[in-house]
Amino acid sequence: MWSHVRTIALVFLHMFRKRETVLYPEVRPDIPPRWRGRIILSRDPDGGERCVACYLCAAACPVSCITLQAAEDGQGRRYPAFFRINFSRCIFCGFCEEACPTYAIQLTPDFEMGEYDRQNLVYEKEDLLISGPGKHPGYNFYRVAGLAVGGKGKGEAEGEAPPVDVKSLLP
Amino acid sequence: MGELQILTVIFGVALAALVVAALNIWLERRLLALWQDRYGPNRVGPFGLLQVLADMIKIITKEDWVPPFADRPVFVAAPGIVVVTVLTAYAVIPFAPGIEVVRLDTGVLFFLAMSSLGVYSVVLAGWASDSKYALIGGLRAVAQMLGYEVYMGLSVMGVVMLAGSFNLREIVEAQRGLWFCFPQVLGLVIFVIAGVAEMHRLPFDLPEAESELVAGYHSEYSAMKFGMFFLGEYLGITLISAMITTLFFGGWLGPWLPPLLWFALKTFLIIVFFILLRASLPRPRYDQLMAWGWKLVLPLALVNILVTGGILLSWR
Repeated sequence: MWSHVRTIALVFLHMFRKRETVLYPEVRPDIPPRWRGRIILSRDPDGGERCVACYLCAAACPVSCITLQAAEDGQGRRYPAFFRINFSRCIFCGFCEEACPTYAIQLTPDFEMGEYDRQNLVYEKEDLLISGPGKHPGYNFYRVAGLAVGGKGKGEAEGEAPPVDVKSLLP
Repeated sequence: MGELQILTVIFGVALAALVVAALNIWLERRLLALWQDRYGPNRVGPFGLLQVLADMIKIITKEDWVPPFADRPVFVAAPGIVVVTVLTAYAVIPFAPGIEVVRLDTGVLFFLAMSSLGVYSVVLAGWASDSKYALIGGLRAVAQMLGYEVYMGLSVMGVVMLAGSFNLREIVEAQRGLWFCFPQVLGLVIFVIAGVAEMHRLPFDLPEAESELVAGYHSEYSAMKFGMFFLGEYLGITLISAMITTLFFGGWLGPWLPPLLWFALKTFLIIVFFILLRASLPRPRYDQLMAWGWKLVLPLALVNILVTGGILLSWR
């Protein structure tokens, strides 16, 4: 009996507490930078596409919402001919970001993706590509990879030793 | 009183009761939110007041579906009964001098009879739904509401003895010197508990306990038929609050302010208290509720009558 009266009094005193609700459209919620929101494709510091169309993100995706098609330009750089993410399926788990070897695919702190038409939730490559490098500003995959692409031969990557001439080692 | 004046009072009371019932929904949601550190509906209109209107438009335009296994005529009639009985009970409440629909010498009995008839609504709804949850809800409602009806009637008897009348107007007039909440503290407590149980409000909402019975007796109801039960419940809260005001807190009596305002203010505060009860107390188990009623509240009510009667006899 006494505990009931005490409960009523304590609940009544909650009247003078601060309310927890964030009044969303007027007050923006404080979202951490690592929030897993809308997925983007980032670019090199040079402005080239980072994605090398390795299909790892599509393979890692547990709901198979990523579709892409690999292509190669004249200089030997791989890129996706198309890159499609169906956000009506996406569960924002971030596995694609973890799988990506070139930091191309990244999740951003944007969650306001509401649409009236379900078809509008399918994002194409031009919707996904951003102009900057995203969370990894200095990184340039083709500058550090050992692969020979147009304008950069073997051994010319950053921190890479020139290839050893095996025949010169012969006695 | 002229014909026109009587009609004005009748429609005024009915309209006011319905409007207050609708506003109760808003008030309850806002107050519950306040006590739970939230905001509640605050988007539609000023302070979210038009939320009620939006909800009404929604519930009226919803599909009104009767399950094929239900007993159709009874199923359709049941929701109306609660609204009709509760609205009829408003007839005897004296809101202010001159503002009451009928001046019954058996006002208290009429109120008790009408709130008893409200049980039919719940029972018939539970029975006609032909579903196990609805039936269990209906069964609980019978036991709970009939049981607490007894204590409710008995707890008022102290007030009736003090006032010497069943007429609610005379009961209010008899409180000019001292409100009956002071000499009848026990009666007030029992009446509040029984009133909550009678209107099956939280924490005594066992007939519709959603954690065990889905929604109890109105599990199978949709659209405006469900809305009628909802309306009946909020009309009931207002009715019980108005009755507590009349019986224990001196009705319209009070200094400075006009009588109608005093009545509204007291009723409002009691409604707020009911909402506070809902916000803070957990629902008791069904057997606990029944044991409480018959083993504790009934003897207390009888003792209250005995002591009040004894004191009155020896005093006069």
